[in-house]
Amino acid sequence: MVKRVAIVGVGTTGFRATTPDVSYRELTYEAATKAYLNAGIEPKDVGAFVSTAEDFTEGYSIADEYSPDQLGAVLKPIHTVPGDFIQSLANAYMIIQSGFCDIAVVQGLSKASNMLTKSDMITFATCPFTWRPLKESHHAIAAMEMNRFLQSSGNTREQCAKVVVKNRRNALNNPRAVHGTNLSLDDVLHSEIVSHPLGRLDIAQYADGAVVCVLASEEKVQSLKGEPIWIKGIGWATETSALESRTWDEAVYLKVASQMAYKMAGIRSPRKEIDFAEINDEYSYKELQHLEALGIFAKGESGKSVEAGLTEITGEFPVNASGGNLGCGATLELDGGHKVIEIVLQLRGQAGTNQLKNARTGLAASWRGVPTTTGAVAILAKE
Amino acid sequence: MTISNKQMTKEMIEKTVTSLSREDVIGNKVITSKWEPKLQYAWDNGPAIGRYLAELKNGKLIAKKCRKCNRIMIPPRMFCELCWRPTDEWVYVKDSGTVNTFVISHVDWKAGRLDIKGGVRPFTPAVIEIDGASEGMGILHMIDEIDPQKIKIGMKVKAIWKKPAEREGAITDILYFKPR
Ligand SMILES: [Zn+2]
Repeated sequence: MVKRVAIVGVGTTGFRATTPDVSYRELTYEAATKAYLNAGIEPKDVGAFVSTAEDFTEGYSIADEYSPDQLGAVLKPIHTVPGDFIQSLANAYMIIQSGFCDIAVVQGLSKASNMLTKSDMITFATCPFTWRPLKESHHAIAAMEMNRFLQSSGNTREQCAKVVVKNRRNALNNPRAVHGTNLSLDDVLHSEIVSHPLGRLDIAQYADGAVVCVLASEEKVQSLKGEPIWIKGIGWATETSALESRTWDEAVYLKVASQMAYKMAGIRSPRKEIDFAEINDEYSYKELQHLEALGIFAKGESGKSVEAGLTEITGEFPVNASGGNLGCGATLELDGGHKVIEIVLQLRGQAGTNQLKNARTGLAASWRGVPTTTGAVAILAKE
Repeated sequence: MTISNKQMTKEMIEKTVTSLSREDVIGNKVITSKWEPKLQYAWDNGPAIGRYLAELKNGKLIAKKCRKCNRIMIPPRMFCELCWRPTDEWVYVKDSGTVNTFVISHVDWKAGRLDIKGGVRPFTPAVIEIDGASEGMGILHMIDEIDPQKIKIGMKVKAIWKKPAEREGAITDILYFKPR
């Protein structure tokens, strides 16, 4: 029989534009302390730890070696996933499923403010022979995708702008968000063009922060004080990296990742069986593209649904009630962590002013950003 | 079928492999692609390392104590990774100590060979357990003013500092440790 696994504790520093007062160590220590307290455990109770780190964003090579201290993981089983937080979550989930241990911890971190040459670092992630000599900016790569997606789906730039207005407004009532503001549709549509059709306000700003989650097996959950939120399904996928031949019209990586998660969770009709979602919106169009890849809305229907208010906090299917990346910030490998913690808080009824009604099953969907084609999905539920 | 190294004769290599010379590459005789990454960071050092560096500028070494395990830790840290609790008071420690381990290195930090026969002094990095910090708590530094062959584990050493005006709040504000 497949073991059920729950998230029993969460902790975060929240998301801030800069964090000059702390190093990555104290940032993670704060999130870990909160998560362990929330779960009612101590580090000695943990059987395995999974951290999330990418050397180039940390600014350390072999960054994984710097993970144990601030998690209380010295001389404990620990490994690092150089991917997204939800991929780390999948690792911890499998560690518990395998029977290796009953309690596992997942950590993610963003110190984006410490990266002084972000564009150069992202360019360094592209092929040195066929792409780099052309010197395309990463926003240009996103804008090429946006052009193709809008053209093939029939969604509009105005509908993308509506996403920005919604998410940054949602962030105003989220104490963990840093980029909340009240914009008009016109503000967004007339912000300076970065790479047409992307304007400055279509692009999420970065944020620093840390998230730690404690996972436990069903047997163990009974004896812990943390309110369990069950991992019903999890999936991840990477499409070809080739810019020359990847799928530009749809986020096929997320389509595949979500199908894997739906199958595991026994979900046939995501729109009906899931109540709300936190999904990557690093670029405004990404929220629409990801919603369609997830099968929440049919192709070409996401923009209209956003316009009709379906994805508002008060709507039929709230999307990014936290403010998303546009409102909370782009957080590199931590992306999935931001989504997961917001879902857990909603399901527990601890989301404050932005608390949704009838939040029983939520979907977290992350993307690793340009130039990647990696997405991950986690489906979390109260029961 | 596998071929052992012995079977892989010089003749076979010549028949199957075309070696590239340095001239082929720098003379553009083969197709190459060049990219110089621009990777710049401004790492936030946090309150523990921040104070540590500031005190180095003052010519002092500072540690932090955990009241639970009673360790006095240097470099200082804001939490005790073993007790999993915030650390307590700041403690000034001495700028002297004992060699825990050391090396006489004939290559520099980029693994480039040093001209030892030509009179270049080998690099002699060491871990120095600091007087006033807990046993096993040391800092990584250099040893100088001694014949490298005479350095010994357990040897007592003392910091030699840069002049106050030249200090910049860096581990290199200590030039090296020498026998005392
Ligand atoms: Zn201690």
